[in-house]
Order: sequence, then structure tokens, then C-alpha cells
Amino acid sequence: MNGGTFRREFEVTGGDFYNAGRVSTEIKEILRQIGIAAPKIRRLAIAAYEAEMNMVMYARSGKVLLQVTPEVVRLDVNDVGPGIENIELAMQEGYSTASEEMRAMGFGAGMGLPNIKKNADRFEIRSEVGKGTTLEIEVRL
Amino acid sequence: MTLNEIKDILQCEVITGEDRLNMEVKMCCGSDLMSDVLAFAKAGALLLTGLANRQVIRTAEVADIRAVVLVRGKRPDAEMVALAREQNLPLMVTNLLLYEACGRLYQAGLPGCGEVPAAESGILG
Ligand SMILES: Nc1ncnc2c1ncn2[C@@H]1O[C@H](COP(=O)(O)OP(=O)(O)OP(=O)(O)O)[C@@H](O)[C@H]1O
Ligand SMILES: [Mg+2]
Repeated sequence: MNGGTFRREFEVTGGDFYNAGRVSTEIKEILRQIGIAAPKIRRLAIAAYEAEMNMVMYARSGKVLLQVTPEVVRLDVNDVGPGIENIELAMQEGYSTASEEMRAMGFGAGMGLPNIKKNADRFEIRSEVGKGTTLEIEVRL
Repeated sequence: MTLNEIKDILQCEVITGEDRLNMEVKMCCGSDLMSDVLAFAKAGALLLTGLANRQVIRTAEVADIRAVVLVRGKRPDAEMVALAREQNLPLMVTNLLLYEACGRLYQAGLPGCGEVPAAESGILG
């Protein structure tokens, strides 16, 4: 990331379903104002929303750092939470540990992480059990 | 197909977006699973769902869904209606079941999200 970088950090609270999605909506609006092409905004908004929902559902708290340069939009997602024991399993479509309550809200299809990967040009996930999970998401402009 | 036509075909009650019913949708997606909507729906689609909560509106906003129809007569609560207003998203309700609502729109010529090429919907991948 070089000189002309736009940076903004957002906070997400675990279990706060009322506000879930607010950060992604805000990110989308910022990208729109910057003038990013609509299909790229959509990919970033979907990735941000899936990451945000995962933090609301599974983590205690989390942060999303949005950085925009002329070349790339990058989302660094960090949470404090239980972490993911088996990342390979979590990345599989259909794998989910969502509760009944979360499923009743329309989540728990086990599609979130694979969908983030699908929408990103670069995606990395790291996790430490008992500490938290980190995602790096990039879409090239 | 315009939202006005959809309103007539599904005998909808309009909750929000009364002034935007001349808006066009090119395709439709029916699901109660928001992550599936995020994975399979395309920009500019109509969403039919039996799920009535704020996450539906968030999902629609994030995925560039044009309008939402709640099926099975699901009533949106005040919070959901407020968010739909805030996001300027047309929201309607029909008493039809999901399958019946999908079937009627399909019969009237509205294709599914899997049938419209990505280029036409303005979406990559
Ligand atoms: N931030 C996180 N912290 C802890 N566990 C997580 C986190 N994100 C994902 N997981 C684990 O990985 C699983 C798969 O996540 P993914 O987002 O792919 O699906 P889901 O959240 O279960 O369902 P969907 O995203 O379709 O609503 C989750 O069920 C959960 O067990
Ligand atoms: Mg998820």
C-alpha cells in the first residue's frame, strides 16, 4: 500500500445482531463515494458483510480496517474470539457450527468464508484457537 | 418486469417504496438463507423470502438486490420497515408460499439468477 491511501477503521461487537451489517453498508457507501466500479464494490461489500456477520455470530469483538489505494481495496478483519480449530474444514461449503437461533435468522449455510474467497482477488485466513481470527481480503482495481 | 407488474401478479401489499414501483427487475432469487442469496443472487435481482428480519434488508443492500417480497404473509416488524426505508428499498408482502410466488413470476417470464448471464446483470463471477 503506497502514499495516497484512504484508511478507516470500524468496530464490530460480537452478538450485536441489531447493528450487524452496518459496517459493511458504510464501507459500501465510502467505496461508492470514492468512485470504485459497481461490480467491484459489490464483491467487497459481500466479503465485508460475510466477515462482519461471522464476527457478530462467533467472536467477542472485532475490527475491520478498510484501505484504498489507486491499485487495490484491502480489508483487514481481526477479531477477538474463539478462533477456528480447523480452517480447511471451515473453508468448505456447507460446513457450519451456527446455532439454531442463527439459522433462524437466515445464516449458517456454511457459505460465508468460501464466498469471501470467491469474491476476493487475494484472500488469507489465519486463526489461533482461544485468541481470534484474521482475514486479509483484497480486490484489485 | 416492473415492481408494479410483480405487485399485481403476486397480489402484494406494498410496505415501503410505493413511489418506486416503476423500477425494473431483470431476474429473481427465492431463498430463506441469506448466505445463499449473497453467493448466488446477482445485482439487479428481486428477492423472494420467507425470512422477515433486518438481515434481509442488509443482505439486499450489500448484494445490490433491487426489491424484496416477503412470502407466506410474513409481517415485517417496525425495525425491518425502518431499515428498508433508510436504505430506500422497496418491500412488499404476499400471502403466497415461496414456491407459488416463484412459479407465478417465472411463468410470467421473469428468469432466475442462474439463467441471466453475468455480463447482463453487470456482475463478474
Ligand atoms: N470469526 C470467526 N470466529 C470463530 N469461528 C468462525 C469465524 N468465522 C467462521 N468461523 C467458523 O467457521 C464456520 C464456517 O464459516 P462460514 O462463514 O463459512 O459459514 P457460517 O457462518 O457457518 O454460515 P454462513 O456464512 O453461510 O451464514 C462457522 O460455522 C464457524 O464455526
Ligand atoms: Mg458466515
